[in-house]
Order: sequence, then C-alpha cells, then structure tokens
Amino acid sequence: MSDGLVKLLICVSLTAIPATAQERGLNVPATVVAGSEFSIRTAGSGKAILYVVGPGQAVKRLTQLGDTVTITQGTICNAGRYAVVLTSQNWTQTDAFDVTPAAQPASLSFLARPSRLPVNQHDGITGAVYVYDAYRNLITVPTAVSFELTDPTGAVQTRTAMTRQGAAWIAIDSTARQGSDKFVARAGGVSSARVVRQVPGDPCSLVMTAERSAQHIELETQPVRDCSGNAVPDGTIVTFTETYKGMQSTVDVPLKRGVAKVEMPAELGATISVASGVVMGNQLRWER
Amino acid sequence: MNKGILLASTLALATVLLIAAGTLWPVPSALAYAGGRHLIHSPATPEAAAANFGDEIRGQEWGTAYDSLANKAEFSEAEFQHDLLGSYPNIRTYAKLDRFEILPLHASANDALIRLKLHWATVVGDSVSTRDVRLVRNGEEWRLEWPLTKEPMLPPQVIPVNYLRWDVIYRGAGDDWGVQDVEAPHVRIVDMHPVDRAEGVVILGELLNEDVVPADVSVSATLLSKSQMPIATQGSFDKISHLLLPKQVTPFLIEFPGVSLADVGSVRMTPFSTLVPASADPVIEIDDQKLNPAPDASLTGELSNQSGQVVNVAHVLGTFYDRTGQIVWVADQYIGRALLPQTPVAFNIHIPEDLSRRVSSERAVVATYSFGGAQ
Repeated sequence: MSDGLVKLLICVSLTAIPATAQERGLNVPATVVAGSEFSIRTAGSGKAILYVVGPGQAVKRLTQLGDTVTITQGTICNAGRYAVVLTSQNWTQTDAFDVTPAAQPASLSFLARPSRLPVNQHDGITGAVYVYDAYRNLITVPTAVSFELTDPTGAVQTRTAMTRQGAAWIAIDSTARQGSDKFVARAGGVSSARVVRQVPGDPCSLVMTAERSAQHIELETQPVRDCSGNAVPDGTIVTFTETYKGMQSTVDVPLKRGVAKVEMPAELGATISVASGVVMGNQLRWER
Repeated sequence: MNKGILLASTLALATVLLIAAGTLWPVPSALAYAGGRHLIHSPATPEAAAANFGDEIRGQEWGTAYDSLANKAEFSEAEFQHDLLGSYPNIRTYAKLDRFEILPLHASANDALIRLKLHWATVVGDSVSTRDVRLVRNGEEWRLEWPLTKEPMLPPQVIPVNYLRWDVIYRGAGDDWGVQDVEAPHVRIVDMHPVDRAEGVVILGELLNEDVVPADVSVSATLLSKSQMPIATQGSFDKISHLLLPKQVTPFLIEFPGVSLADVGSVRMTPFSTLVPASADPVIEIDDQKLNPAPDASLTGELSNQSGQVVNVAHVLGTFYDRTGQIVWVADQYIGRALLPQTPVAFNIHIPEDLSRRVSSERAVVATYSFGGAQ
C-alpha cells in the first residue's frame, strides 16, 4: 500500500469515525492487547477490502462481507489508536480501536546516574526505569518497580516506586564504603542491573613526616584516607610546599600505594606544608 | 602602432636594467630580510658584531655564526646548535628566530658585555631566551664568546617507575540508550576574579579536579552586560593546564580585549571536563621559586624532572596572590628546551610591574607534554 493511500485512509478514519459503523455491520473490539489475536466481524454480502492502520503498521485483508476477519497473534504489536476501514466498490465503512501494551513487563530501560560518585552523598544516586512489554511498548498502567543498591559489604538498600506514565524513579544515598555497588531494578520478574562506583571523598587527615636523606629531606605522607576511612585512590595529587629564605619549592606528587613520597632540598629553617586539592595537611619546620 | 612598440621596448629595457642593478647592488635591508648576507657587514663595534650574529641565527646560518665566535675551539658546531635549539625535540625545534634585542652592559677598549635577547617564533607565540655574552676585540673586529650551556650527560641507568595510568573504556555504539557511559570528571571553579586592564577585561581563576580520575579541562567565560545581554565569550586557550590529575588545581586566565569592566554586569563561567586516559608521571619539582620585585618583576625558579622520561615541552603557570589570598594575576612561560631527567632548567615568568607591588605569594604548576604519546 502506498504511503499516500495510508495517509488518506487515516485521514478518512479520523474524520469519519464511525457514525455509520454499526449500521453497516462492522464490529471492532474497543481495545486489544498488543500482539494478541483478535477478530473483526463484518456484515452484508459481496467482497470488500479491510484495512487496519495504526502507528507504524498497516494490515490489508481481502474479505467476504459477513465473515469474521482474524488478526493473528503478533500481527498488531505497536500500542496506539488504530483505524479500521472496510471498503468496497461503492462504499466505505470505518471504525477505530485502541491497542494497549501488555500488562506483563518484558524489558526495562534503567538509567542509573551517576556511574561514579563520592561516598556518603545524600540522594546522590538516582535510578529511573521505563517499563516495556514484549513489543517495546511503554506500559502506562501503574507497575511496581523495586530498586536495590548493594554495597561491596553486601548491605542492601531497597526502595519501591510505582510507575507513572510508564516511568518510576528514586533517589538513594551513596553508602560509606568505597567500591562498586550493584544497582538493580526489578519489575514483574524482569530485572536490569547497573554498577555504580563509589569513590572516596576528600582526604580527611593529611599527615606527613620528614627524614633527612643526604642533602635532601625525604617527605612521606601517612596512608591518605577520607573521613569514612576509605583509602584515597592512587594517582590523587598531593602538593608539598617548602618555604625557605624567601624562596619556595613545590612539587605535585601522585599517591602511589596509598602514600605520597618526595625528596626536597634540606634547607635549615624551612617550613614545609602539604595539601591535596582544597584540603590542608600538617606543617613542619626543618631544624636539623 | 610604432609608438606602442617603442613604449613596450623602453619598459622592457628599463625592467632589465633595474633587475641587473638590484642584483649587482642590492639594498642591504632587503638582502637581510631575504635571508642573504648581513645587514651590517663590518663587526667594527660590539653591537655590530652582535647584530651580525643575530642575523646569522635568524637566517639559520649555523656554520657562519659558529665560525664568527672567538671561543669556537671550546665546543663543536653541533654543540653550539644544540645549545640554541636543544638536543631533544622541544618547542623550539620547529621555531625560527623572529627578532633579537641587544643591550650593552659594559664596554672597554678590548672587551664588552652585552645582553642578547632572542625572540623565537614558536607555535605558542613569542619565546624569549636571554644570554649575557662577552665580546673581545681581535684587531679591527669584535667577536663573541658564546656562553655555551652544556647539557649534562646522565650515566646510562634504569629508573624503576611504579607506572600509574588511567585507561578508559567508553560505551559502545550498540549499547541501549539506558546503558551508562563513563561519568565526566567533576571539576569545580574554586576562585574567579575579573580584572580591568588597559587592554581589556581579564578573568582570573582556579579550577579544581575534585574527582578521582584524570580530566582534560578548559574554561570559558561569557561577559554579560548590566541588562544581562551577552557581550563576548572567550576560552582560556593555553592559559591553563589542560590535564588535571585527581585533586590537582590549575589557574586559568581568559582575556577579553577591548572590553571595559564598567560595562560588565556579570560573568557566566563554564568549566568543561572530559575523562581521558592519562599517566601520573612525570613528576616535576619546581625548586627555588622566588618573587623578584619591580623593576622587571618576575617569578624565577628551576624545574627538575624527577622521572626517567624526557619531557619535550614544559609549560609553567604562575598564580599570584595578594595578602588576602585574592588572585592578582596569572602568567606563564613555555620552557625553551626539553626537560631531561634530573636536570634542572631555569624559568622566568614576567609579572606586570603595576601588579607586582600587590603580589604577596605565588603558586606555580607545570603542564608537561611528551612526544610519542607518553601522556
């Protein structure tokens, strides 16, 4: 069927629905579940063509008036409003029906954000779920969706939400333990999982020690941890600053194996400080 | 008809005569700019000898410049050329000398001291190197004694590196739209300060990578008028360290030439960050940083490459603060040579004189680039 004809039929069906449908004997169900089998009864005598036209789909059947046309399972899949047009040489009858999504969820689109966040963030993790039937129609009837966030220790936070217009969403706190959390959404026996990586927050206490090493001072931090006790990841920059005689030496050192280590000039009376980002650590004065 | 032929013949003859005259007796300045012989021929004064030398460097006549030196026996031509351009690829590898300045410091009958400022045209703009050069008189001529800085040769050795690197797997083209992609690094502008300068408005600030992954960053600013209409939008371009490791802070400077701060009602700042593969090495120590007061206010210091990897381009950014900790200025310098392992290289960042009196403290950071994709 050409596109032009389909558009014409839709136009006809939407403008002429269906004052005369019963009189002409076209019997169409009011609603049909997507993908299910259903029948359209016709009345009268002679041959006609039946068109069923909906969102992204069109079905054409040659029929004998008075017969029942069966649309088999899996033929009409897309939810939406469908027009039915029965046409013969001299007349046309129209009607319409709705195809609704199946109530049973078959797949979920699960948007978990962010994929990485610091520990202990109130409502830091959001999950949004769109529930679909087997034919990827959005199920618009309220459906219960459960969300589970499992941290690396196995502790589970659970939330339940009902879908509204096909979508359900929640916000949930990140836990105090760094690592990969498993974030699962379930609806009607279908589940979808995402991984949310919880990373340590800012260093909580930054402490360095100093030792003489030939002509240099060897500076080393204690293992750097955030305020929840998580080890700050390797690669985090720690800045050492040494001030002496109106001059200054600085070096940005990445944490390796949990500590930052550097050698700086041994200047008598020098003041040495340590910082990471906006967090300041302790300060030393080199007197040896 | 005959008059036309006569005129054409006359013009052709005049053209040939002028070409011949120009070839036989060229204008010296034209010859110099064409890369030919020198503008000044006789090194009868220290300045003339230095100018000849500068012209030869500009013309990349390394052999001629080397031959003109009084102390050429102390080093080879290759060492001389490496001293000017570096032994390893660096920002001057593809640069040419654009111009030079000669500042006499001292002169006597038989020797003189000049300051030679070489302005190299590089991909990031003017790169200046300054040398104090002694000249000695040899008969009627003056010759330069080039102060060669020999690059120290490190003994062959193995430097173990606890190699720390981030790689990224991005989402695939076939993934469902609900599938997560890697989260962009979280960055935050921790300081911002607009400054009114003679050349226009300058936005100064600092950007922090508060995430645990490396970020490729940039900042753009939009000036809004008092009626909240956009005046102009500019980015930080290279006045920022683009690669920020976790918890690293970079200064940035954004210029709006020709705009007056009085016309600005507000500023809209937009930081950008992208998760990129990166390495935590090399570590560069910045030693002996010193604020030098006006005149010729500057931040000087030395960069020391603590890794075993050659850093081809080093970019030093200095952030200057007043007594209250407010940013006063951001300035930068590209180092004119590669940073070899454990070999200190000096830097000198100029501070505008009118601002230098307000500067109380500073913070320097180094952005590094290594050819061959080591970053």
